Amino acid sequence: MDNIIEVKNLNYTYEGYGDMPPVKALKDVSFNIERGSFTVILGHNGSGKSTLASVMCMLSEVDSGEVIIDGRCVTDESMTDEDIMDMRRRVGMVFQNPDNQLVATIVEEDVAFGCENLGMPSDEIRRRVDAALETVGMTKYARHAAHKLSGGQKQRVAIAGVIAMKREIIIFDESTAMLDPMGRREVLDTIERLNKEDSITVVLITHHMEEAARADRIIVMNGGEVLCTGTPNEVFGDPERMWAAGLDVPQSTELLYKLKKAGFDVRIDIFDPYECAREIDHAMRRMRLGGETGGKS
Amino acid sequence: MKIDIALGQYCEGNSPLHRLDPRAKLIMSILFIVAIFMAKNVFAFLFLILFSVALAAVSKVSPRVVLRGLKPILFIAAFTAVINLFFVRGEQLIFEFGFVKIYLEGIINAVLIVVRIIILLAASSMLLTYTTTPLALTDGLEQLLSPLAKLKIPVHDFSMMMTIALRFIPTLVEETEKIMNAQKARGADFTSGNIMKRVKALVPIIIPLFVSAFRRANELAVAMECRCYTGGEGRTRMNKLHAGMRDLFGILIVIAAGVVIVLINRVNFGFSLVM
Repeated sequence: MDNIIEVKNLNYTYEGYGDMPPVKALKDVSFNIERGSFTVILGHNGSGKSTLASVMCMLSEVDSGEVIIDGRCVTDESMTDEDIMDMRRRVGMVFQNPDNQLVATIVEEDVAFGCENLGMPSDEIRRRVDAALETVGMTKYARHAAHKLSGGQKQRVAIAGVIAMKREIIIFDESTAMLDPMGRREVLDTIERLNKEDSITVVLITHHMEEAARADRIIVMNGGEVLCTGTPNEVFGDPERMWAAGLDVPQSTELLYKLKKAGFDVRIDIFDPYECAREIDHAMRRMRLGGETGGKS
Repeated sequence: MKIDIALGQYCEGNSPLHRLDPRAKLIMSILFIVAIFMAKNVFAFLFLILFSVALAAVSKVSPRVVLRGLKPILFIAAFTAVINLFFVRGEQLIFEFGFVKIYLEGIINAVLIVVRIIILLAASSMLLTYTTTPLALTDGLEQLLSPLAKLKIPVHDFSMMMTIALRFIPTLVEETEKIMNAQKARGADFTSGNIMKRVKALVPIIIPLFVSAFRRANELAVAMECRCYTGGEGRTRMNKLHAGMRDLFGILIVIAAGVVIVLINRVNFGFSLVM
């Protein structure tokens, strides 16, 4: 297996402030992320998922443990500022608040910001900006004022800024949390497309179960520890474990699980409401058939 | 409560003014401001007004936007006019009541100062903010001031600060509106009482606004760091500035306008409306 990110025994403590005691945000966290995969880090507030993101983006220093990105240990003491800058060219991050990550007033000027920082020639930047805007479907807004866009559009501009720099890994730190359902779908579709078509490694941090269901792999965080990892089927297949940790499973899964517990013969590895409806329909048909044959015998 | 921010906002377009190099536009504005202060008689002012209207026509910015943008300065203009009206002493006394003496020169001065302020703002916003994106503007400024970088003055940092300030004006205005509405919903009253009371009523707006501005600044700094921002060194630009004949032509037109004003000043029109 080709792991692009390896996290080994990571510990992180937020220092106490005033009367507040120090908080251990990450406790011995270890996991791997495969190259080209779509991984979701799931957890509710205070589970350490955002801390994890900032460590992976080299924004925070850890107490102990290692983060290895593409064979290079980025938590090493010997990392100079240039080394960090070098690694940052490969790991991009999209933040939660769409307003606080756009630097320039005009959409295309903002998308160009990262490339300009890298000192690329002008025509190369122009090419990349146009391509990036095309990818996120914002070409016709290129000359628009960024603050007039909707939340979902702003996030897509932020994503364009990251892909214009041709990053191999993009970390989305709750990038959909402040959006309305429409905006969330726009952004998620874009993320999925980047992953499938441009084979960018995507790490999406979220507390939305429905978003997590779209991933290749889910890492569930709880109280600074990794609760479990696995495919959506494996993770949501055991709702009791999720509920015990104060987390949810997608509503469809919950419904089917409860039906199954009540004695109905249904699959529970379904996250989509439509598929859920179909499954219940099938189950009812099977029961009717079963009832009829039962009656005959 | 809607806060008007037409002044200082970029209007999309592709007019000859939009296409000029921002450096040329900066130089033109400075020259034109000098020209405004050279104007000495009514005809020079008429010429200035004509010139501004021509600028507006060339820029294709809608007159509504231009007029709306002027609203915020009306108070300052009116204030200066009143001061001039009461405090300018001249020879032709028109009105006297107690210690209040109004002279003809005061009236002329007041009118001219209002015209001057309006032209100043209209023309410079036409040349700069309405037709130049903030980034192009700050880029232009950075390049014009780049000789100062040799004196260890952080020119790039200043222009970056300006870019960000301009970027966040609408965001912060929006936020102010939100906070005002939130405080109103809690029963805050911003519109009655004496001045002290009203100033005090603003405190619950300003404090949350500052807190959130600092939080935004922090997040933006992290986001910029993530996008490999390390300061001005080694940065390139997507849109390089290209000055051409067109820009030279623009500057020459403004210089010509200045010359015309000097000439008009010298002509004696038979009656004295000289300040």
